[in-house]
Amino acid sequence: MSYTSEKLIDDRQNGVFRVHRSLMTSPEVYMDEQRRIFDHCWLYVGHESEIEKPGDYVRRTVAGRPLIFLRDSGGEVRVFYNTCTHRGATLCREDSGNTRVFQCFYHAWSFDNTGRLLVTPGAEGYSSGFRKADYNLRGPARVDGYRGLYFVNFDRDAPDLVDYLGAATEYLDLVFDQACDGMRVVDGSHLYSVGSNWKLMVENSMDGYHAPTVHATYIDFVKDSGGGQRGNALNTGGGLDLGNGHAVMESLAAWARPIAYWEPFFGDDARADIEAILDDLIARHGEERARRMAGTFRNLLIFPNLIINDVAAITIRRIEPLAADRHRLEAWALAPKEEVSGSARLQRRLDSFLTFLGPGGFASPDDVEALESCQEGFRADEPEWSDISRGMSTAPNPQDEIQIRTFWRAYVSMLDTGKFAERVTSLEAPATAAMEAAS
Amino acid sequence: MTTQLSLRSAAELRLSVEDFLYHEAALLDAWQLDAWVELFIADARYEVPSTDRPHGGPADALMLISDTRSMISARVKRLNSRKAHREFPWSRTRRLITNVRVRCVSEAGGEELEVKANFAIYRSRRQLNVYVGEYTYRLVVSGDTFKIRFRRAELDQETLNDHGTLSIVL
Repeated sequence: MSYTSEKLIDDRQNGVFRVHRSLMTSPEVYMDEQRRIFDHCWLYVGHESEIEKPGDYVRRTVAGRPLIFLRDSGGEVRVFYNTCTHRGATLCREDSGNTRVFQCFYHAWSFDNTGRLLVTPGAEGYSSGFRKADYNLRGPARVDGYRGLYFVNFDRDAPDLVDYLGAATEYLDLVFDQACDGMRVVDGSHLYSVGSNWKLMVENSMDGYHAPTVHATYIDFVKDSGGGQRGNALNTGGGLDLGNGHAVMESLAAWARPIAYWEPFFGDDARADIEAILDDLIARHGEERARRMAGTFRNLLIFPNLIINDVAAITIRRIEPLAADRHRLEAWALAPKEEVSGSARLQRRLDSFLTFLGPGGFASPDDVEALESCQEGFRADEPEWSDISRGMSTAPNPQDEIQIRTFWRAYVSMLDTGKFAERVTSLEAPATAAMEAAS
Repeated sequence: MTTQLSLRSAAELRLSVEDFLYHEAALLDAWQLDAWVELFIADARYEVPSTDRPHGGPADALMLISDTRSMISARVKRLNSRKAHREFPWSRTRRLITNVRVRCVSEAGGEELEVKANFAIYRSRRQLNVYVGEYTYRLVVSGDTFKIRFRRAELDQETLNDHGTLSIVL
């Protein structure tokens, strides 16, 4: 079967774009995407600040595989499968910690944090053909990082990470350059789930069209707190195809941002400090870049399942498919290291984060509701297709869907050929003009 | 106010606190959120730490909920709206509150009660989920009842993977 010809209608001439809903419901499609996409793409595992000191580790499950993400005693970042090479027991049984040695609780085989097998109790019981070196810990074929974001790839022949990220690095830089001294993941994670196909969360994470309806109560909250001063902000900007399935949606900030866009939500007392942050950004990056960093929202997809939303705060959101109709989310708050614990700046950032984001926020729960209601609707079996054609042949508009089409084109292409589809930026011009006019 | 607290026996005090907690739970289960929000004093806080940092605080950790009094009011306004889609129609909830422990503590402004209690909150909508954990309250005496200065719900669940979200008030 060809996914490209049977499951996607991409008629650029007539501006028709439809996705077959079986892509969201079929267990066979789920298995295909695990094998053809998740086994070959760079998948986010964690940020270096989560394993800051030698010996630090955290557990993660990526594409269903149990992993230990760690910094070894020599300071090198490594990723191992969290399974004893002896008989398979889970080696590391705490979610995070610091250790030089991982000892399996089943038969007490011990490994150092470079993965080397150290001890096999009762070593005299093994014959001369037994070589300890054959039983060192295994890990994903490739591990690499960009700006402290670490990814794994199960395909030895995958392109290098920086080439894979391609044009998306410009947007990652716009986020990470906000910090003077690097970014860190704040302690604590949002761990929740959605009863829908994971691709609906990818769509939703960079969908401008749903905001006025799904998030009506959030927009009311912004107004009630005296915010939303740029009333037209959500009607600015637009989406962009960054190649390799990566995509971004950018608009003027529609509400407060800890870097560095004051609105009354933060209180009058905070105003001078936020202006000082902006001045510092301008000093470091120049007026134009600083104002772009401070005054715009960015919803960035790193194909296939990493979202970095730089909005009311910065969140790293990792989407882990569990089944055709279920996925799990892990979300973290990213903050400049100079915003130390207990500081007013970190407090503002976290308060702003929680207004919108997370399972207890004023917005994310309604996204979950929308996605689950779509999944329920798919059970009707017809209509068979979902429409994602906004903006294909009209003048660019911020509520267009090019960034979502970018994902789908890469997705079906990977399923069929193992390669990414071509970029279509030249055919679907980005809607930056509206943002420039408004700013 | 001080005398009032000290004169009561420990058992009487616990009974009156339990009555207060049951009253609050009944308001929440009945979705009488406008009455519920009146239980808080002006500088009150309501917080729920992240499931992987149950002892975390809002100054240095990402919480699930970290509401000032004005955010509590905003949360109530939102939940009263037909456009809070995750709670429209409202889910049905049933709160079981037990193991209530009360301790008098002295604060600059007078005596306060620190209350610990266990909770199991059943939420039904399309499926049944249970939120289990421990409350910590700081209560101030107000006439013959109490007002809430601080309210914190620590979840025992390691993740919200069974629940999806935390759209109700815990």
